[in-house]
Amino acid sequence: MPESMTRAIEQERYELFEAPAYGFELERRDFFKFMGAGLVLLLALDSAATAQESGRGAAMRPDARPPELAAWLRIGEDGAIFVYTGKTEVGQNIRTSLAQAVAEELRVPLGSVQLVMADTDLTPYDMGTFGSRTTPLMAPQMKKVGAAAREALIDLAASQWKVDRSSITVADGKVKNNASGESVEFGHLTRGQNLVKTVDGAAVTPPSEWTLEGTSAPKVNARDMVTGAHRYTSDLTRPGMLHGRVLRPSTFKAKLVSFDAREAGEIPDVVVVRDGDFVGAVAPDETTLRKAIGAIKTEWSAHLQPSSKELFHYLKKNVPQPARADFEADHKLDATYTVAYIAHVPLEPRAAIAEWNDGKLTVWTGTQRPWGVKAELAETFKLPEERVRVIVPDTGSAYGGKHTGEAAIEAARLAKAANRPVKLIWSREEEFTWAYFRPAGVIDIRSGMTRNGLITAWQFDNYNSGPSGIETPYDIPNHTAQFYPVDSPLRQGSYRGLAATANHFARESHMDDLAAAVGADPLEFRLKNLRNERLRAVLQAAAEKFGWGKGKPTADRGFGLACGMEKGGYVGTCAEISIVPSEFLGAEVTPAPPRVRIERVVTAFECGAIVNPEHLKNQIEGSMVMAIGGALFEAVDFSNGRILNPHFASYRVPRFSDLPLIETVLVDRKDLPSAGAGETPIVGLAPAVGNAIFQATGSRIRSLPMAPKGFVKSL
Amino acid sequence: MELVVNQKHYRLLVDPARMLLWVLRDELELTGAKYGCGEGQCGACTVLIEGAPVRSCITPVSGVVGKQITTIEGLAQNGKLHPLQDAFLQADALQCGYCTPGMILSGVGLLQKTPQPSEPEIRRALQGNVCRCGTYPRIIAAVQMAAGGRNA
Repeated sequence: MPESMTRAIEQERYELFEAPAYGFELERRDFFKFMGAGLVLLLALDSAATAQESGRGAAMRPDARPPELAAWLRIGEDGAIFVYTGKTEVGQNIRTSLAQAVAEELRVPLGSVQLVMADTDLTPYDMGTFGSRTTPLMAPQMKKVGAAAREALIDLAASQWKVDRSSITVADGKVKNNASGESVEFGHLTRGQNLVKTVDGAAVTPPSEWTLEGTSAPKVNARDMVTGAHRYTSDLTRPGMLHGRVLRPSTFKAKLVSFDAREAGEIPDVVVVRDGDFVGAVAPDETTLRKAIGAIKTEWSAHLQPSSKELFHYLKKNVPQPARADFEADHKLDATYTVAYIAHVPLEPRAAIAEWNDGKLTVWTGTQRPWGVKAELAETFKLPEERVRVIVPDTGSAYGGKHTGEAAIEAARLAKAANRPVKLIWSREEEFTWAYFRPAGVIDIRSGMTRNGLITAWQFDNYNSGPSGIETPYDIPNHTAQFYPVDSPLRQGSYRGLAATANHFARESHMDDLAAAVGADPLEFRLKNLRNERLRAVLQAAAEKFGWGKGKPTADRGFGLACGMEKGGYVGTCAEISIVPSEFLGAEVTPAPPRVRIERVVTAFECGAIVNPEHLKNQIEGSMVMAIGGALFEAVDFSNGRILNPHFASYRVPRFSDLPLIETVLVDRKDLPSAGAGETPIVGLAPAVGNAIFQATGSRIRSLPMAPKGFVKSL
Repeated sequence: MELVVNQKHYRLLVDPARMLLWVLRDELELTGAKYGCGEGQCGACTVLIEGAPVRSCITPVSGVVGKQITTIEGLAQNGKLHPLQDAFLQADALQCGYCTPGMILSGVGLLQKTPQPSEPEIRRALQGNVCRCGTYPRIIAAVQMAAGGRNA
């Protein structure tokens, strides 16, 4: 992709730079007509919106939709309001927060606004829903087009009523003539209209005057989810649809050397497909499909591949070692930290339905990058992009894990062979094996400090895990931070918060060790070295709510804290842990090591002006729970091209029994623009827990996860 | 074979070894029960059999012939939500919503057996249900709310 387009994307989103998954050997219209009558507002693209114009394959190719527009909105003849965005809903609740933004500007109740999301034929181009960009970048577009629609309604009313527009106001879903007292609904003005206006936006409502934004509006389609009415990709059907599955290679990077599908081919209604190293089958139902796949005989060959045992040695082996910083200091500290690969484990595995009609391909799939997947499909099947449509139903979570189009491509390949629509749902084992992982990494920190506890030197070297959150927020006169990419043994890519979790774990663990070296309180030590007011504020807010310094640590109970900033969000986290004996399993069994139990977590978070307090709390709590897994026990175990723990029974994710008491402190800054909040709250938990373990036991654990098989004292 | 799902009787010609989850989803188009693992480990496929939560992904359909099967689609009566469905809305106890049907049915199963569960009882009853979005505190609050306990 052109360099200008890659600039907005973090280097560590490896999945966006990958080569196509399969090399198959296959043999501006009047766009706004579909919208119907009424008032249509088209928001011209400005420079803020162009930040979204990037991503793999998402070049400015000719497309069905007008490329120069950032957003569009229609008020129908009946007054119904539809607003179109290329963003996807994956549980982060932007369907609600973006509707709040539009409803705020149009002065209508939340329920009056319907969002049409993530359909490459219907909605404006979007690079993808990641990087916590929706709130800072898309919400302002929604507000602008909403405000422009409000102004356009005033224009319409002024000309219909032949009064000056200054005497017209829009409030409570109505347009009012203040002179006459007459008041009408939007549909009254848009009826019979066929008006398409391109606008640059209009003045938006500042946070200090919000009435709907800033409130805890309930999730707009929650009812469909509690009744089972919502259709995720895996719930959809198409007429004549078959079920498809891929036969996976024996190991990663394996080549197919022999293939025998005679037996599978004899099962009625089964079609077996082989195209290069791709092998798959379709059948009328899941049960027959599994039988068919099981009956295909294949042999594969592959080279020897690294294993988790030698991972950290491997990651540093082939990278030129940086020069060690040379400095004078009263105290010096060198330490190495490691983080394991972990899996996203979205509860809805990757899924897609593909349908070919007259050479046009339509795919329904759960992805965070509809246009990225569209481009992958066009490239793989050698189609012009206007003959590919990708539709994303609200999806069963993603966490950065659904940026690519494997399931879409596989379903499309099988559908092409079967000449019928095909639904393909990855099994849990496939999801644990063939998706990409959060990168593993090694981090070296070398630091120096005065005897009074002022940090004077800081060298931070990150191997493979990633550069997000790599810069220290502390005020250190002599500091460097470097990221060294490595040819990863496993496929790796984006994960909620990217490498900010790993980098904060290393940095904030190290900060605690420095504090201990001068006998300083961890909170005071941080504040002494930190000038950033926003970060100080959340750290102090968390400490205050937590009652920092009030609890007495014992050998099996400790308290720790950590703070950090990333993607415009500021987080402070305090944690209380206990070391509890594991359950006694019987006299003949060697006692297992004790467990680390997180008892209580307080997280203070600030992301500018808060759009929806309840949903923000929900995201913070969810980040805390998800972070527990990576902090204590989640790790991908692998050997020679195979994943050894591709099941919930062997890859443990946080469950109800792991849940601590979670408290949140929301710091609302109405004077600052809103930033995203789905990711950054995750970064503080692991170091806060590690610091609490250290306080209780004196044992500093420098690897994530910290207690995969229980608590073991570090050497 | 005859299946009784949400008080409706269905006559089906299906392989008796097929798992209930796929019969519900692909034959009866009741897609509220979700595939999450196919191994009975995540709870997304939970349905009630005679009022008790069961993992439909590992339950052969032959074992539930003639029994009362309740899926999420059958929980609301005449458009009125079950109190636990309502509580999930009140407590904002979901993000992506994919685990929600299984969570609610596990919770309903608990409340039928134990109308006033303690928090540890709620945790134990829902231990087999995974919410990767991490809304566990809100789910506990929702079950307590539906039990008529304290408001969350």
